[in-house]
Amino acid sequence: MRWYAPRKLHEALALLTERPDLIPIAGGTDIMVGRDPRACGHDYLSLANVAALRGIRETPAGVAIGALATMTEIGRHPIVCRALPALAASARATGAFAIQNRATLGGNIMNASPAADNAPVLLAYGASVSLMSVARLRHVPYENFHSGYKVTVRRPEEILGEIFVPYAPLGARHYFRKVGTRRAQAISKVGLAALLVGRPGAWERVRFGFSSVAATPILACALAATITGTARGLPDDEGLAEALGRDLAARDDIRSTAEYRRRIALNLVREALAPWRHQGGCDAGQ
Amino acid sequence: MTIPCRFIVNGSAVSGSFPPMRRLLDVLRGECGLTATKEGCGEGECGSCAVLLDDTLVNSCLVPIADVNGREVTTLEGLPKDDPLFAAFAATGGTQCGICTPGMIMAARALLNDCLRPDLSQTREALSGNLCRCTGYGGIYAAIRTASGQGE
Ligand SMILES: Cc1cc2nc3c(=O)[nH]c(=O)nc-3n(C[C@H](O)[C@H](O)[C@H](O)COP(=O)(O)OP(=O)(O)OC[C@H]3O[C@@H](n4cnc5c(N)ncnc54)[C@H](O)[C@@H]3O)c2cc1C
Ligand code: FES
Ligand code: FES
Repeated sequence: MRWYAPRKLHEALALLTERPDLIPIAGGTDIMVGRDPRACGHDYLSLANVAALRGIRETPAGVAIGALATMTEIGRHPIVCRALPALAASARATGAFAIQNRATLGGNIMNASPAADNAPVLLAYGASVSLMSVARLRHVPYENFHSGYKVTVRRPEEILGEIFVPYAPLGARHYFRKVGTRRAQAISKVGLAALLVGRPGAWERVRFGFSSVAATPILACALAATITGTARGLPDDEGLAEALGRDLAARDDIRSTAEYRRRIALNLVREALAPWRHQGGCDAGQ
Repeated sequence: MTIPCRFIVNGSAVSGSFPPMRRLLDVLRGECGLTATKEGCGEGECGSCAVLLDDTLVNSCLVPIADVNGREVTTLEGLPKDDPLFAAFAATGGTQCGICTPGMIMAARALLNDCLRPDLSQTREALSGNLCRCTGYGGIYAAIRTASGQGE
């Protein structure tokens, strides 16, 4: 087993071009779990010392988060807390403190679990990620990042460099909720983040990101189209459920059932829309 | 393959050659002979292996030793003997079988280093990654209240 721990980004990229089989490791909170301590089949590229991948930067258009930024750093960052509160909330909901101190945002999305807690928020905010290699730098909208169960568009010679999260318009509703077995340190049964701007009949932006309801984290496009396509008020529960049915590919697994997930997903959508549910007359009966 | 590592544990320098992915937990308990740090789950879930790495709380079962190079580790044995948490845990019934206790005390120490007088909800959040099968947590929260001078 070999261990490479470069300090410079260009060294890390050069190593990965030469040895695309190297496994990048950041906080290690995914990689170290269940690893057989005697297994030594792999060589690792530790990113922990690459200072260029750290830090959270404010830009005029949004917040640029280095792949190595930890959940603790994100959850406490004043600009993130003020301008991107759903992201601060998801970072604080990712494991308990000892995990948050090590877990990185880059690792959370590169691990590519459909249950990754920060994924719904990045989808809702319309984030993009940068993938770097010796040859080039490319930017990928996060909604195009996951191509299948645990598969991403990252190529083996690429490092995830930065996650860019644009600011939301003033007056937007930022929503995040994770439903799990207990509040701390549980893998979600369903997670929803939403960014809602405007009002029924005059929406400017409607984005719903889900975790744990399909093979990858998903942006619920049918749901958004149904909501923005309703001329007055909000669609009724049947309409929301029908749209969700088209977006979700929920399954039974060890943590929950598909039926439970669909029910909870609908409840979370209703909660996200709560400020408008009694306007426009569509929910007068409730 | 092993790689040379140098780091500080409880104020003393440690150096040696280790397989890079060897867990900090195993190095502490094995090479360093510091057995307060316990292995409960080996998966980051229970917190019984919690230590401070450069003053932040981590689960030592999830830290590869190569990552500790050049850094500073504090285990339960490295806390001052008169840390008020020790007497408080004993007085309030915050410890029974004791397996979770070193991790609980390290998590409590990290909390008190950050916040002088945490309230119950801050305490619960800070300890949510530490599982106890004996005490029902009441004695543990009381210990932290006592140690931070807020009565029992
Ligand atoms: C007890 C426990 C509780 C947890 N709770 C939660 C939870 O509530 N919610 C949740 O979403 N997750 C949870 N996790 C999972 C994990 O902590 C997170 O996914 C974390 O963000 C992973 O980050 P890391 O830096 O530790 O990743 P690592 O383990 O270092 O890496 C994860 C993957 O990403 C790759 N990688 C990392 N960084 C880069 C990069 N910059 N470029 C390219 N590839 C990269 C690695 O090769 C690896 O495949 C939990 C884990 C544990 C052990
Ligand atoms: S043994 Fe490390 S968290 Fe359980
Ligand atoms: S005292 Fe026994 S597990 Fe906590």
